[in-house]
Parts: sequence; structure tokens; C-alpha cells
Amino acid sequence: MDRVLPQPTPETRHFWEGCKAGELRLQRCVQCQQSYFPPRPFCPGCGSREVEVYPASGRATLYSYVINHRPRPDMGTEPHSIAVVALAEGPRMMTNIVGCPQTPQALQLDMPLEVTFQSFSETISLPLFTPAKA
Amino acid sequence: MKQKSVAVVGAAETTQMGRIPDVSVLGLHADAALNALADCGLKPSDIDGVATAGESPVQLAQYLGITPTWADGTSVGGCSFMLHVRHAAAAINEGLCKTVLITHGESGRSRVGAGGRFGGGSPSSQNGQFEAPYGVAGPPSMFTIPVLRFMKDVGVSEEELAMVAVVQREWAAKNPRATFKDPITVDDVLNSAMIAYPFRLLMCCLVTDGGGALVLTSAERAKDFPQKPVYILGTGESVETPMVSQMEDFTSSKAFRVSGKKAFDEAGISHADVDHLMIYDAFAHLPLYGLEDLGFCGRGEAAKFIWERNTAPPSEGKKGGKLPLNTNGGGLSYMHSGMYGMYALQESVRQMRGIAPAQVPGARISVSHGVGGMFGASGTVIFTNEA
Repeated sequence: MDRVLPQPTPETRHFWEGCKAGELRLQRCVQCQQSYFPPRPFCPGCGSREVEVYPASGRATLYSYVINHRPRPDMGTEPHSIAVVALAEGPRMMTNIVGCPQTPQALQLDMPLEVTFQSFSETISLPLFTPAKA
Repeated sequence: MKQKSVAVVGAAETTQMGRIPDVSVLGLHADAALNALADCGLKPSDIDGVATAGESPVQLAQYLGITPTWADGTSVGGCSFMLHVRHAAAAINEGLCKTVLITHGESGRSRVGAGGRFGGGSPSSQNGQFEAPYGVAGPPSMFTIPVLRFMKDVGVSEEELAMVAVVQREWAAKNPRATFKDPITVDDVLNSAMIAYPFRLLMCCLVTDGGGALVLTSAERAKDFPQKPVYILGTGESVETPMVSQMEDFTSSKAFRVSGKKAFDEAGISHADVDHLMIYDAFAHLPLYGLEDLGFCGRGEAAKFIWERNTAPPSEGKKGGKLPLNTNGGGLSYMHSGMYGMYALQESVRQMRGIAPAQVPGARISVSHGVGGMFGASGTVIFTNEA
């Protein structure tokens, strides 16, 4: 079964185009300098429409997660993580932690992570996270 | 809202509960509604205000033969009915209608005449773009995501999380209508099937069929009804986010805090005045968040509060706790059709009428606190049986 994939809107297209290009793109407010996620054409902090897109570092820490033992049909048959990571720039996002065993022992809260992009279609690559090297 | 200006005069659940394969969703709404109307001696034509969630208030009114002058279709998940009570009280006070019927019905298990499970937004919605691609599969793998952060930051063990389910099963044992009544231990909970680590099966709510309905009117008129009026003392509501991943603080619900404070301020009571408490428990962590965010416990104290039996029923000669919580057995053991808030309200009304299966002796004030979505919304209703 094909992976459930996002359908970008005009407000989020830059984010998904960035993922396809191997770049995690965040937005921040020109007025108050606050970074935010998910994408929208105004600052959720102060309401200003003066916002800019910029490439994030791709660094994050593991904020919280579950290991789903009843995977959705498109997610395979093995238990897998559904995680929320805290990006170095501040915002949090949902993702999967890959490249390590899907166990509580391997998935320690606050462990450093880095983004990796996995292609699922011609237009969509999902930003996943993996334990940071060194 | 003016305190005690509006009262619940009719309250009932569906005739059957649990597994009801021969009644549709709409049928469950109607069954609960007719039971609540019988409870207060009214006919559908006596109702001039309707509110419901899951089903359309238009459908409800037409099906029951009601011509309302006020309708509320607020649908923010399982606590929608708390919000309906609040809105109905305001509408009655404002003269928009005199007698309001609030209904819930859900064929959670049998799926008779029910829509798609968990809705699932479009792939272009925020959830569709930024949560669905990572494999979230309904509440068991979504509502649960914040808990590891909560457990680490405030210091809660898996055993303490399991204890929430153990204590609620003790209450369920006293309730003949509860789905699960057999006692369980912390080990039983921890050894039950892993659903979404760290949540085991017995930390997750039931999936059952059922419904409930309430009839509200002005306190002045309430005196003319057959049942003891249960007055609305204070109410609160708020919403936070449709995406659990964007919850502001994984260790505390903003919607809980805002809704709870509003209700307590409106009621003009302190926590010590509360005799009975319902906190919507779709999963075992919710009573922990609820106790702390409503201010019954300080940060990090809720798990110990439950572990030390402060919310437990009397058992084996031991006195019951000072704050009886989820006395029907809760969503974990009593029933959970999908939008459980209505059953929390029903139990508060039973406690205030003095007819609950596990009655808290002399209870005068009951707080019913609900959640909608995955920490997405919240509603709080404070009841009293004193005019």
C-alpha cells in the first residue's frame, strides 16, 4: 500500500519543494524574528504578513514519541516511532525517527537528531530524522 | 453567566449500552433524547432549543419533530457537550429559547449508520500534510504522543500511569452498567498488549455503543419538574490546536487551564469546595493532566495523588479518597463511544441527584471536565444541587 502523502497548498508549497530539494525550509517573522511551523503566510506570534523563508539547520532533539505497535497499512508491519522533534530553530514538528532500532532504549528523549529526506513520489520527500553522527 | 440561573431537569443515557448492533447512530441520539424527555416529563414539542455534535442539529430536530428557535452544532470532539451546556445556559438566560435538548449517540463499536472512523482530514489540511504522513492511526497513536515528555519532565513512572486504570476499575466494579468490572493490578495493566509505547491496552479507553441526553431550562422553571434540579454553577471552554504535535506545552494543556479557570471563577468556588470530579479519560494520562491543569494538584503531583488513593473508592475497610474521580469507571472501564463527554456529564448529574451507583455521600458540587480532539479543545461544567 502506498504511503499516505501530503498534498501541498499554495501556503506550504515552499516547504515541500524544499524537502524535495533536500532542504528543510522554515519561516520566520521579519518583525519579531520568531521562527514558526507549520507554514503560513503570516506570523502566528504577532500577525505580521512580513515573513521570510529560510533554510533550517536540520538539527533537532527528540521531544516526545510513541512506538506504534499497530501500524497503519501503509506503514508496514513492524512497530515504528511516531515522534515530535524540537528543531534547533525552536519550532516542533512531527516525524519518524529512522536509522536506529525502534525501541525505548534506542530512542532516548532529548537525544540529538538530524534531518534526512526520503523520497516517496516525484514531488514529495518526507523530512525524517536520524540520530546525529558524533 | 449568572450562577444557578439554569438547571438540568432531564438526564438519561441510552436504554442499552456497550454493544448495540441493532440501533443506528441517529437511533441512539433519539433513544437517549426520549429517555431524557421521559425523565423530566416532556414531549419533543416542548423543546425549543437543540444542540448536538457528530450528528447535525438539523437532523436531530427534524427526526424528533422539534421546531427550535435556537440550535448549536458546536463540534469540537468529545467535550462538545460541555460546550453545549455552556452555550445553552447563555441562550436560556438571553431568552433565545426556554428548554434545550442536548444529545449524543455514537455507534463506536458496531458502526451502524456511522461515518468514517476518525474522519481523517484531507491530505491538504494541516493534519494531512504535517501529521498523517508519519503514520498516525487515530487517537491511540496521537493523543498519547505528549506523554513521554510529561513523564520525563514531571517525573511519572509507567507504574504510576498504570495505576490510573487500576483505580478507575475499582469504581467501575461498583457500577452495574460498566463494561469492565473485574479488578486489575498495575502488573495486569503493564502486561496487557502494547498499543503505542508506552500505552498498553488497559491504559486505553473502551470502544462501545451508546448515547446520552440532557434537558436544560431556567432555574425558575426547574422547580416545576419531577426530578431534583441540578444547577449550573460555572462553565468554561477553550480550544488550542487541531495538531497534537503543535500543542504549546506537552506537559500541560492550555485548553484545560483556560477552560478550568473560567469555570472556577464563574462558580466562585475553590478546589476544596469540590466533592466530586469527572475528568475525561480517553487514555490513562488525561486524569494526570486534568488534576494538574485544573489546579487540584501542583505540577508533578497528580500521579502520586492517584497512587496514594486520594481519588479511589472505599475498599476493604479503607476509607475512600478525599476527591472521588471518575466514579462511573470512566472511559477506561465504564464506556467510551467516541465522544465521552456526555457520560461524564451524566455521572455528574447522577451524583448531584444522589442516585449514582457509587454515590459520594453528601456531594454538593461536581466538576465535569472534558477534552476534545487530541488536547485540541476543552469544556468544563460545574454543577451544584443547592439552589
